[in-house]
Amino acid sequence: MGIYLPIAEMSVNGLVVLFMGAAVGFLSGMFGVGGGFLITPLLIFYNIPPAIAVATGANQVIASSFSGSLAHLKRGTLDFKLGFVLLGGGIIGSTVGVWVFALLRSVGQLDLFISLLYVALLGTVGGLMLVESLNSMRAARGGENISLKKSGQHNWIHRLPLKMRFRASKLFVSVIPVLGIGAVIGFLASIMGVGGGFIMVPALIYLLKVPTNVVVGTSLFHIMFTAAYTTIVHATTNQSVDVILALLLMVGGVAGAQYGARAGQKLRGEQLRALLALLVLAVALRLAFDLFIQPENIYSLTNPDGLAQ
Amino acid sequence: MTAWRHIVAAALLLGILLTQPAATQDANPESIQIGLSTDHVILTAGFSGADLTIFGALENTDPLLARQGRYDVIVVLEGPARQVVVRRKDRVLGMWINTKSETFVNVPVSYSLATTRMPQDITDPVSYKRLSLGANNIHLEPLDPRQSPVTIQEFTDALRDRKQATTLYSANYGGVQFLSSNLFRATLKLAPNVPVGTHKARAFLFRNGQFIRESSAQLSIFKSGFEQWIFRASRLHGFFYGVAAVAVAMLTGWLGRVFFRRD
Repeated sequence: MGIYLPIAEMSVNGLVVLFMGAAVGFLSGMFGVGGGFLITPLLIFYNIPPAIAVATGANQVIASSFSGSLAHLKRGTLDFKLGFVLLGGGIIGSTVGVWVFALLRSVGQLDLFISLLYVALLGTVGGLMLVESLNSMRAARGGENISLKKSGQHNWIHRLPLKMRFRASKLFVSVIPVLGIGAVIGFLASIMGVGGGFIMVPALIYLLKVPTNVVVGTSLFHIMFTAAYTTIVHATTNQSVDVILALLLMVGGVAGAQYGARAGQKLRGEQLRALLALLVLAVALRLAFDLFIQPENIYSLTNPDGLAQ
Repeated sequence: MTAWRHIVAAALLLGILLTQPAATQDANPESIQIGLSTDHVILTAGFSGADLTIFGALENTDPLLARQGRYDVIVVLEGPARQVVVRRKDRVLGMWINTKSETFVNVPVSYSLATTRMPQDITDPVSYKRLSLGANNIHLEPLDPRQSPVTIQEFTDALRDRKQATTLYSANYGGVQFLSSNLFRATLKLAPNVPVGTHKARAFLFRNGQFIRESSAQLSIFKSGFEQWIFRASRLHGFFYGVAAVAVAMLTGWLGRVFFRRD
């Protein structure tokens, strides 16, 4: 089923893209992540120009995070106030990110920067998650009970000025780290085409001590806005959002997520985290491989504005 | 035969009016005409490359030479010209990253060629060079010509090589067939990623390895209504396009929740 992508200006197999979306949707439903960090590399492996893969990935993330936010809204596990402060930082971060993106594209180092960011972040997060999940598996076998949030324990972040109260999260914390986390995630979202859930969730839990039940909903809420903002800015400045490609991915993803969620319920938390860690590490390794192995051809052609031909 | 033609040429130079029937032919030499069955090609959602057929006719040919197969035709379809940046990857700290680059101006995005015979049987390399005919002879002009010739040569070769590897530059030897003594048909390949825009079809006529005349026609390639509409919207109204993309995503997310409610 050949489908002509109007922005990428190339013809792709629609079934392959639908399946790609479904596979990522399955995993994102299973692990509760947006799946952007899988979609963008998959699209790049499928020869979609990186600039288009990133912007379209951001567009696809909106669908899954919106759907997820609605579910959390209904359950009341969404801290709007925290979400909006994070968003304030997120918008600053994405604006800088899109600007850096255009700059890197014009000097021809965009692909390198995207690959390096992916390898570094996925490698770190995957590695940490694997260690953590293996430890808790061992602990569970030993009969201990480890909780992620240790109440009453404060770190340097809680001593910063400009404090604000977040009722839903039962938090009284400075807005500086909240804005900072939002900005970092926004920056990554615009450069990597990801929602940033895989960084946001640990950051909220470990740095801000946000209760785990509120984290996923708030993170999805923030991701949705950052991804929407990123999509609009990319569409305006880089004109690299391919809606046909995004739509195919979303349709596949929405369907796949349901089966993934059902499969996820059959596995234990630490087993899920270990599997997700392995998946994240596999993507990082694949990208690192491309970076360090001599390419088949060392020459490449691009437009002056950096879109691959 | 050649000597005879030289005499005629000399006579023409002298400006003598010639009345012999044989000579009228050179005073009014062979010409070539091409016609496209359509002046535009539309890329639809299912487009995955195509063959383009161009018909043409020779006029005022010498029947004897035609019978002997002394006429050759080369048809070229040249895509719109754009700037191209060629980048080279080198190993830096163990990683393969883009280092040097060279910009070329007015590079045809695509270049498809069809000939009656193998190129070396039609005319000599000097003529090809003079006519800028063939993927290896297209004049590629660097944006900054003051660089070392070695560098320019390296990147020019890389540009040709990459274009041929992605089938944007293609050649179909034997792709031009004579249907009668002066009617021919050329079959050119359109790559799956053929660029949109105005393409120029050019036909070159050769007699006994000598270039006689060229004629050209224009062909517009554009995306079909819906694809074109999306493309134009993304270029002209980027902001609204982005807002629409977000709306589509939210709608899909919401529908997904309605159809596959989990809780």
